[in-house]
Amino acid sequence: MNTPARNNGSADTRHPPRELLAELRALLPAQAVLHTPEDLRPYECDGLTAYRQTPLVAVLPETVEQVQALLRLCHQRQIPVVARGAGTGLSGGALPLADGLLLSLAKFNRILEIDTANRCARVQPGVRNLAISEAVAGHGLYYAPDPSSQIACSIGGNVAENSGGLHCLKYGLTVHNILEIKVLTIDGELLTIGSKALDCAGYDLLALLTGSEGMLAVIVEVTVKLLPKPECARLLLGAFDQVEHAGSAVARIIGAGIIPGGLELMDNPALRAAEDFVHAGYPTDAAAILLCEIDGTDEEVGDQIDAVRTILTECGANEVRIAGDEAERARMWAGRKAAFPAVGRISPDYYCMDGTIPRRELATVLARTEEMAREHGLRVVNVFHAGDGNLHPLILYDANAPGELESTEALGAKILNLCVEVGGTITGEHGVGVEKLVGMCEQFRAEEIAQFHAVKKAFDEHGLLNPGKAVPTLHRCAELGGMHVHGGALPFPDIERF
Amino acid sequence: MTGSESRDQSTELAARVRAASAAAEALEIVGGASKRFLGRAAGGTPLAVGAHTGIVSYEPTELVITARGGTPLAELRQTLAEHEQMLAFEPPAFGPAATIGGTVACGLSGPRRPWAGALRDFVLGVKILNGRGEILHFGGQVMKNVAGYDLSRLMAGAMGTLGVLLEVSLKVLPRPSTEWSLGFELDPAAAVARVNAWSGRPLPLSGACHDGTRLRIRLSGTANGVATAARRLGGERLDTDAFWDELREQRLPFFAGERPLWRLSLPPAAEPAALDGAELCDWGGAQRWLRSDTDAAKIRAAAARLGGQATLFRHGDRHTSVYHPLPPALMVIHQRLKAALDPNGILNPGRLYPEL
Repeated sequence: MNTPARNNGSADTRHPPRELLAELRALLPAQAVLHTPEDLRPYECDGLTAYRQTPLVAVLPETVEQVQALLRLCHQRQIPVVARGAGTGLSGGALPLADGLLLSLAKFNRILEIDTANRCARVQPGVRNLAISEAVAGHGLYYAPDPSSQIACSIGGNVAENSGGLHCLKYGLTVHNILEIKVLTIDGELLTIGSKALDCAGYDLLALLTGSEGMLAVIVEVTVKLLPKPECARLLLGAFDQVEHAGSAVARIIGAGIIPGGLELMDNPALRAAEDFVHAGYPTDAAAILLCEIDGTDEEVGDQIDAVRTILTECGANEVRIAGDEAERARMWAGRKAAFPAVGRISPDYYCMDGTIPRRELATVLARTEEMAREHGLRVVNVFHAGDGNLHPLILYDANAPGELESTEALGAKILNLCVEVGGTITGEHGVGVEKLVGMCEQFRAEEIAQFHAVKKAFDEHGLLNPGKAVPTLHRCAELGGMHVHGGALPFPDIERF
Repeated sequence: MTGSESRDQSTELAARVRAASAAAEALEIVGGASKRFLGRAAGGTPLAVGAHTGIVSYEPTELVITARGGTPLAELRQTLAEHEQMLAFEPPAFGPAATIGGTVACGLSGPRRPWAGALRDFVLGVKILNGRGEILHFGGQVMKNVAGYDLSRLMAGAMGTLGVLLEVSLKVLPRPSTEWSLGFELDPAAAVARVNAWSGRPLPLSGACHDGTRLRIRLSGTANGVATAARRLGGERLDTDAFWDELREQRLPFFAGERPLWRLSLPPAAEPAALDGAELCDWGGAQRWLRSDTDAAKIRAAAARLGGQATLFRHGDRHTSVYHPLPPALMVIHQRLKAALDPNGILNPGRLYPEL
């Protein structure tokens, strides 16, 4: 079983067999087949840089037919395949395998069709998320999911991870914003999943494949939904001297029937780091700030802004600001959007966690996180998608300090277990990848993990697509003692354990 | 209206499914039997889930409700309404006995769907019995959840063939404070073009239906927002919105009688299908109902040509393939998935396709 390697990619270089290289060169131009250590280095990790492994070989096809031929070859030769978009993922989903082929979709970067009448766009998987909105802006349309990496991340990767962003409460995740995908199975079968119509016959494979982390099929085309750009967006900032008050404000806003376009919370360390970096004007003595964006028609926004201002004040905000113009709105957001790089300034390294919790548990989770962090001698900075409960604790550490990486990972695992304990999940938008395999054993029981494996087998019998990612083996869960076996009987006794 | 009793029959139902699996005995999952007309003809020993009832949890400020599969849809609606909330996908009940489990299994959404989202978009998590009688939880109660494959949303529209829905967690939304309906004298093709143009603008649309005579649209939101939009769009203010309920529940005169009712699911701006029979165009063009005796192959070919698909929704021969045929490679995946969740093929076999 391939376990992820840490920073030792250069020590574990294998050379692809001559025969394989010849076969690949028969399918692709020579420059699209990479096999030297220097050429493979850029592919050794994605956004989870603590784990690195150069692949056996990397390929950069340009056509669907080429990808089809590559997959058939790998199927025949039983070579594992890892697909990669822009490589910005934060869970190691695109981490290569030492004996595997790294399939880059980066050259699939064309927007194929913009259909304004049906409000959708057909794009290749390597197209950048933001590039889609930029291309349709002139029609008064945009593509809603906006992960913070959107200037760089690929739409194919977004579909594989079911990416989110800042506007999920109102506009949903990737799965809510796509109509159709074309995918290739490991044996080279091209399937059209979904439709430009609002539904299609059979099972909802679009939902199943979205967020399947490259495990079930390779995405070669995506048709995204386009929404009309809101007429108006106004941003309020509320400063609180207690996190609980900010949490109550969130509940009151929702309880009042208001669904903000964006609702973000930053704790004191996060807002101070952001303020030092971009000078957005955040009140640095606040225990927490809430950024609440209301979007819609001018009238809708006008109605709701007043209601939100009242709620923030009634919940104890000692300051409420409303951005007066577009420039000020951009400035007020800038701090939140720069939260991660801001934290990068105050610490040699940081580890970004990604759990989701019921909103009501925020104060509890933050308090316990702080306790646990102190036990580990580490600092944690928190940003919270208050609208949808997705929490990003950022653990600050120094990778060069002996033992600190391990301690950080241990603390991270505890935080994720806490998320599950309070009724949430180990990953809200970053995916499981290699990073949270252990957490899966905590969140799911043996029968559920076995069911996932059975579904995987329905698409990829030999486990060639992205093996070792997303769903842990039952064996691993058992080793960790995290598996709950009911009545002593292991489910699916016919499935191999290794 | 009083709530249903809170009864958890998970253990009994699991035992029943396990026994059926061991005996390879086909089961027909029956909630309120309100959707028996839908899909292919049912067969098998009834597995009654209608007594497995109760709202398990409901937190208005968390925007989530969790209920057992046998809970009446009407009860859910009532409970949500008391807190000024709703199921934004506006599911049809098609009968007073409709359950939330059956509703999710059938995956049908009402007039608001194109702008608010489909039923499956609001599924947050499920507790199911798979075909082995194992109790499994997928998803959860939070919206942003990408751990594991999305087997909870996969259950929506699967007609019970992949699992018995013991519990579902659904995202809920606030009810709009104001809803107005407007009428426009337009022919169907012009109506489709107009609505699609409006859908590309930031308007508070929540319904658009051409019944053969005129276009009706619904605007939902804040009082000022709706009033302003109505002023911009013009049309005739209609003083009843019972129309949208009648449309959703298929009680309009268009739906009466035994003539085959076809559902064409098309890209919303698709041209007219030009098939013989009466047409009612809902979802701003994306859901077109057709009363027609035309040959199934012809209707399906027309739908496919327009980029969509056609279902024999009511009446006609329920023993044929009522759903649009799947390409062979896709059917293979469906069969393997079915086998992964229901290895002995006991859950509602044949309800969707003969092969499943």
